[in-house]
Amino acid sequence: MSTLNLTPTVYEAIRSHGEETYPHECCGVLLGRPGAGGWAVETAVRAGNTRTDSAHNRYHIDPRELVKIEREARGQGLGIAGFYHSHPDHPAQWSPTDFAEAHWIGCSYVITEVAQGKAAVTNSFLLAGATEEDKRFQQETILVA
Amino acid sequence: MTILIPTPLRPYTGGKDAVEVAAANVAEALAALTQAHSDLRKHLFTPEGKVRAFVNLYLNDEDVRYLPAQQATAVTAADTLSIIPSIAGGLCNNGTALAGPSGATR
Repeated sequence: MSTLNLTPTVYEAIRSHGEETYPHECCGVLLGRPGAGGWAVETAVRAGNTRTDSAHNRYHIDPRELVKIEREARGQGLGIAGFYHSHPDHPAQWSPTDFAEAHWIGCSYVITEVAQGKAAVTNSFLLAGATEEDKRFQQETILVA
Repeated sequence: MTILIPTPLRPYTGGKDAVEVAAANVAEALAALTQAHSDLRKHLFTPEGKVRAFVNLYLNDEDVRYLPAQQATAVTAADTLSIIPSIAGGLCNNGTALAGPSGATR
């Protein structure tokens, strides 16, 4: 099982974002550096959820915002390690929609269950595989240190 | 021009996060990129040769799909083309999420 390394600050930032946007889904980008033991995430950047029509059960990051985030990350020597979003009042497990719309192979998709406004379980899933046709989610260990 | 390569596609550019190509327009830039790194082709294009629906192309700060000339838009050496796969998901209408164990380790 692969490992996603988060600092306590990043871990709490992800979870508190989900609490703030409850009952809507939050979303954001994880920036870090690749290492032998998996990505080491240094920063969680909040992104707007453009799905204002259905924010309680969908999220979408404006690609223009993502372009901006990625360019700024490059300037700091960081890369996109993955993304996070919340599941209000639902388990921290990927949904069929999460899978169908996941395209960043090799990156981590972190999901936090927010139960009645409080962050509960946080899980991470590596989008493994080599192509769209054989991609799959593999649960990975989140190491907070 | 410079083409910025997103994390998932770097294994197909020898680990490079940016590739320089000489091209007159966006389509030529993509052609030059996939000619230099042929394994990228199936990740960027459908078997019919169209850019995959989830692949966003931004010429500097503009979505190529919404430029008047789209991929025929002229480019210069100073331009930057970003390849950005889309990011979306969520519980969707039925609220389905698979139950399971886990959590973080401290």
